[in-house]
Amino acid sequence: MAYYAKSKGQRVADWSVHYSLLACYLFFALFPLFWLFKVAVTPTKLLYSEGIRMWPSEMTWANFSQVMTDTDFPQFFINSAIVSGSTAVISTLIAAAAGYSFSRFHYRGKAVIIVLMLITQMFPLVMLIAPIFRILTPLGLTDSLLGLVVVYTAFNVPFATFLMQSFFDGIPKDLEEAAMIDGNTRFGALVKIIFPLTLPGIAATLGFVFTAAWSELLFALMLVSSPDAVTFPVGLLTFVSKFSVDFGQMMAAGFLALIPAAIFFFLIQRYLVQGLTAGAVKG
Amino acid sequence: MASIQITEATKSYGNTAVLHGIDLNIQDGEFIVLVGPSGCGKSTLLRMIAGLEEVTSGSISINERIINDLPPRDRDIAMVFQSYALYPHMSVEENISYAMTLRKSPKEKIASAVNGVSNILGLNGLLERRPKALSGGQRQRVAMGRAIVRDPQAFLFDEPLSNLDARLREQMRSEIRKLHRKLNATSIYVTHDQIEAMTMADRIVAMHDGYIQQVGTPLEIYDKPANVFVASFIGSPAMNFIRGTASASGEGYHLQTDQGHQIILPKSLDLKDRMDVILGVRPEHLMIVEEGPASLPATVDLIEPMGLSTLVHVRVGQDSLKIFTLDRPDIAEGTQVHVSYIKEKLHMFDARTEMRLESPV
Repeated sequence: MAYYAKSKGQRVADWSVHYSLLACYLFFALFPLFWLFKVAVTPTKLLYSEGIRMWPSEMTWANFSQVMTDTDFPQFFINSAIVSGSTAVISTLIAAAAGYSFSRFHYRGKAVIIVLMLITQMFPLVMLIAPIFRILTPLGLTDSLLGLVVVYTAFNVPFATFLMQSFFDGIPKDLEEAAMIDGNTRFGALVKIIFPLTLPGIAATLGFVFTAAWSELLFALMLVSSPDAVTFPVGLLTFVSKFSVDFGQMMAAGFLALIPAAIFFFLIQRYLVQGLTAGAVKG
Repeated sequence: MASIQITEATKSYGNTAVLHGIDLNIQDGEFIVLVGPSGCGKSTLLRMIAGLEEVTSGSISINERIINDLPPRDRDIAMVFQSYALYPHMSVEENISYAMTLRKSPKEKIASAVNGVSNILGLNGLLERRPKALSGGQRQRVAMGRAIVRDPQAFLFDEPLSNLDARLREQMRSEIRKLHRKLNATSIYVTHDQIEAMTMADRIVAMHDGYIQQVGTPLEIYDKPANVFVASFIGSPAMNFIRGTASASGEGYHLQTDQGHQIILPKSLDLKDRMDVILGVRPEHLMIVEEGPASLPATVDLIEPMGLSTLVHVRVGQDSLKIFTLDRPDIAEGTQVHVSYIKEKLHMFDARTEMRLESPV
């Protein structure tokens, strides 16, 4: 291997370039998060008086406690968790079923359905707000968490379906055929053999849909007005008043909002990186 | 154990017919090899027997019971896939016992069956491993174990050895054959490798373009191929073909080749004067000789020494011929030689239908 032929100096140089690039990327990606946290722990009185500093001279958790006790944020969090969790679960279920059918069966109209699903992804969402509002109002789905779940699911299912389809495509058909010959029904083979192997795909799809719904602002803003059904991205806007912006609390709320998403990804990351199908077939 | 009858079975995908009126009777305990080039329909036929493909028309029966509409799980057959199709999230033991677990067999029975199978196949140290921790040959054995543990009515093999290297393939070939002798289970084995077909089969079913070309024992098929396709497909190195016209000469016929040579034909063939024919001759029935009345002048193109034998490629006019010999001929490429043949071993085919011309009975 060429790698071993390289001199020590060159290997150190390669190593340095490799990790410097990684460090640059990490800095670029994580700096906004650091700034979010820094502003959140900066006392309001120091925010404008101290100028730009990497760390405030004094630290406070007051913004966090105010967000938790004096605002509706706990409610917004719960709303967001309900909406995002439900959307993720429902979308993934539908996407898994649709993706399996696209991957395994041939039927009339399949190509048409796939094209239609692609078309739904081509429109800017802003265009669709008015018609969707018109559709949801008579159904009583505006101003409700259910309405948001329905809309988010509708928008996420196409992409999630393609995602799931690609995971099913990666699992050899032979496996479920072997299971069917071994004594399973097709559904039994799906549940007992294919499902465990699709866990990484399911985790990825859940994660994708959950984050999309968790951070969605446009529809939440347009379809919901009563505080009972407000999700946290809309809630963040309540810190912007006519005369001022309460940056400290806004950042504290934003930081808190990262926690559920972080926990969620922590739980599924094992499946995201797992290549379970290794060794299934020749290799 | 089971006999399998396939009657006028066809398979089409939309307007594309891939199998045309297949008729085949497989006896109890027989080892049948379906052989043919890729796309000939052999795997489709196997999958129809397994229940993984629907039968478009006709019927498939096991022990005289039509199973066309029976789902795979109710057919009591086992299948070994080309890809092995081992369940990657289960250990070797779980893979092997899966079918029995599904059928809710008692635990002791499963344990003893798994034990028996792993003894036969030499899997004892591997039972706890996952498929990804096994070599290709070991995976192949696990796939076999998964099939035999159930003691099914019939075994189906879909090119099970094609992912193995040559040495392992040779070894597994004889192991599968021995296993068959031991279990005496009806087996249908699909391969595109004519050597596997010749060495393993009780009977070979040669297929091409969705039709059965010939059914027979390996030697029947080798010695009396029914048509040009079978003649060219079975046998390695492949049969040589020379096109020409049959001409009456005295009491018999000779072949006037397109290149202007004359080859004397056996008298027993059912030929007509001026009939276009294809002459087939296996490489081992040609030899390099001194110039004589029945020899053909040829130029040596290439010499392939294979240790045990030598394959000499020669050109007679425009026809390329291969000569198989156990000798190590002392000739150089490019030299002129003379080629002769064993007259009784010539195969004649009608050039129009490509069917074998037999002796009139």
